[in-house]
Amino acid sequence: MVLVYAESPKGQFKKSAFEAVTYGKMVADVMGKSCAAIVIGNAENAGQLGKYGASKVIQANGTFEDFDSQVFSTVIANVAKEIGAEVVIVNHSSSGKSLLGRLAVKLDAGSVSGVNSVPTIDGSFKVKKNVFSGKAIAEFEVKTSIKVLSLIGNSFPPAESGVDVSVDSTDATAPTARVTVKTIQTVEGTVPLPEAELVVSAGRGMKGPENWGIIEELATVVGATTACSRPVADIGWRPHHEHVGQTGVAIRPNLYFAIGISGAIQHLAGVNSSKVIVVINKDPEAPFFKAADYGICADLFDVVPKLTEAFKKFNAAQ
Amino acid sequence: MKLLVCVTQTPETTANISFNADNTEFNTTGVNFIMNPYDEWYALVRALELKEAQGGSVTIINVGPATNDTVIRKGLAIGADDAVRINAEPKSSMFVAKQISEYAKQGNFDMVISGKESIDYNGASVAAMIAEYLDLPFISFGTKMEVNENIAIINRDIEGGEEVVEVATPFVLSAAKGMAEQRIPNMRGIMMAKRKPLNIIEPVAFDDPVAVVGYTLPSAKSAVKMVDPEDMDELVRLLHEEAKII
Ligand SMILES: Cc1cc2nc3c(=O)[nH]c(=O)nc-3n(C[C@H](O)[C@H](O)[C@H](O)COP(=O)(O)OP(=O)(O)OC[C@H]3O[C@@H](n4cnc5c(N)ncnc54)[C@H](O)[C@@H]3O)c2cc1C
Ligand SMILES: Nc1ncnc2c1ncn2[C@@H]1O[C@H](COP(=O)(O)O)[C@@H](O)[C@H]1O
Repeated sequence: MVLVYAESPKGQFKKSAFEAVTYGKMVADVMGKSCAAIVIGNAENAGQLGKYGASKVIQANGTFEDFDSQVFSTVIANVAKEIGAEVVIVNHSSSGKSLLGRLAVKLDAGSVSGVNSVPTIDGSFKVKKNVFSGKAIAEFEVKTSIKVLSLIGNSFPPAESGVDVSVDSTDATAPTARVTVKTIQTVEGTVPLPEAELVVSAGRGMKGPENWGIIEELATVVGATTACSRPVADIGWRPHHEHVGQTGVAIRPNLYFAIGISGAIQHLAGVNSSKVIVVINKDPEAPFFKAADYGICADLFDVVPKLTEAFKKFNAAQ
Repeated sequence: MKLLVCVTQTPETTANISFNADNTEFNTTGVNFIMNPYDEWYALVRALELKEAQGGSVTIINVGPATNDTVIRKGLAIGADDAVRINAEPKSSMFVAKQISEYAKQGNFDMVISGKESIDYNGASVAAMIAEYLDLPFISFGTKMEVNENIAIINRDIEGGEEVVEVATPFVLSAAKGMAEQRIPNMRGIMMAKRKPLNIIEPVAFDDPVAVVGYTLPSAKSAVKMVDPEDMDELVRLLHEEAKII
């Protein structure tokens, strides 16, 4: 059995939960097993996980207002033991990353974090992930009977495989949380960067924070989330959470626009797994062009408004 | 406050990544190694600030071979009081976590602080494992921490925002950007570091549950396609019809 933890912050599944179940089903198929999903606390319509391949959804009831790694890992590990899970899958998210290590220790399991491929199981269980900030791919062999994996976002789009699903509720017992959440603040209305499929990012070439209007307009028209290079966040032109790269957020959107960003290796480390990269830079020697799929060598202040217009035309024609 | 800071060594960001002939081992020839930036800039410096404000001690711990001593000495030069190196080749996160937690058990530490992730294997796994071995609360990706007596208020990164939590010591924390400002060791620190204790301990027996069996390099990117700046309709067309991304 494969067990997937489907995150449901504020009682809602996000795309990442469907990705995890889709991946869980693929892993289960390789192993000739079935896929179960566990939901902790409230979730609107837990049965919809069946669409993505979970034949069983276990709804763990209790007071689980806020995420706590000790509480949640206990609940997941107990269910994993009960149903005899051989593989436990979480998202490589802020919660998933704090669960993976705890689950591995609780279940005496080998773990691989941030995987982006379906395991192979001939003779031994092997799975791949990116290492050295995307500069190489490593294949790990997991030698224990139970395995814990965290799935990196945007690797497998949610796919409907539609199995018959049963939803079982259980009353979960767990230790009381020793961490108290006081406040949670998230940007509303936009997709958070780690989950965004389309990203418009800008750097020091923007000259100053007052010029970001053209970036925000492009992002709105494209339906993208905005990001920035590190110096721009450091000098306070943009909020800290927009900083991508080695020391900031690592992202892998389908489409990444790099506007007025030189393409330093530390910046690339966080974005080079993007599927398609478009670079706008007035310097033909900017290193970013080497990592780009499409390049525009021009002044961004001329070209970005034109690009926005072109997208508006495209949207209108769709 | 008795603080334990986990420090690892990683290839420098700009290092050329290559492997041996059968692609089973990372080729370290010509590679410059540094202290993992998250450990150095954020975990270690925040620990030092706490000690400076409230007294106590900062101990560095590393699981690694003798070649790691240079990086450990740098940590001492930045200001840690002493260091422990568990003398073993770190091959899996769980092995590292097991060794660190065995040591931490005897030390009565108020906090065990690690970096957010190592920049080579990007695991972000070790700290949660230590927390589980020690049965302690774990706060990941802390960007700010205020400590009053034994209560810490910590800001942590979550998807698209931030969460503020409260926790009592002892606990395990992983540190991200914002937690502190990088400190450059000065001459005096470097001289003093030579006399600070660096204790070498042998590891406890533990089998690695995972192992890397092979490496590959990502397939080379095809050459960039330059688009006429006067024709943005063409770019949109390419994204739609060729890249099929919009
Ligand atoms: C250990 C370490 C970690 C780091 N981590 C990160 C990280 O996580 N993320 C990160 O981003 N950086 C990181 N950096 C910094 C990184 O090395 C670069 O300094 C940084 O990415 C540069 O930002 P930038 O491209 O915005 O600015 P610049 O390098 O100044 O580039 C600006 C670019 O804009 C172009 N430009 C200027 N005007 C125009 C115009 N009118 N039209 C079009 N183009 C224009 C220029 O040609 C230039 O290429 C790190 C550095 C170190 C040492
Ligand atoms: N060999 C090691 N010795 C000491 N600390 C380590 C070691 N490996 C990892 N760590 C710590 O654990 C953090 C996360 O590492 P990782 O889980 O490998 O991404 C690092 O930032 C270090 O603080």
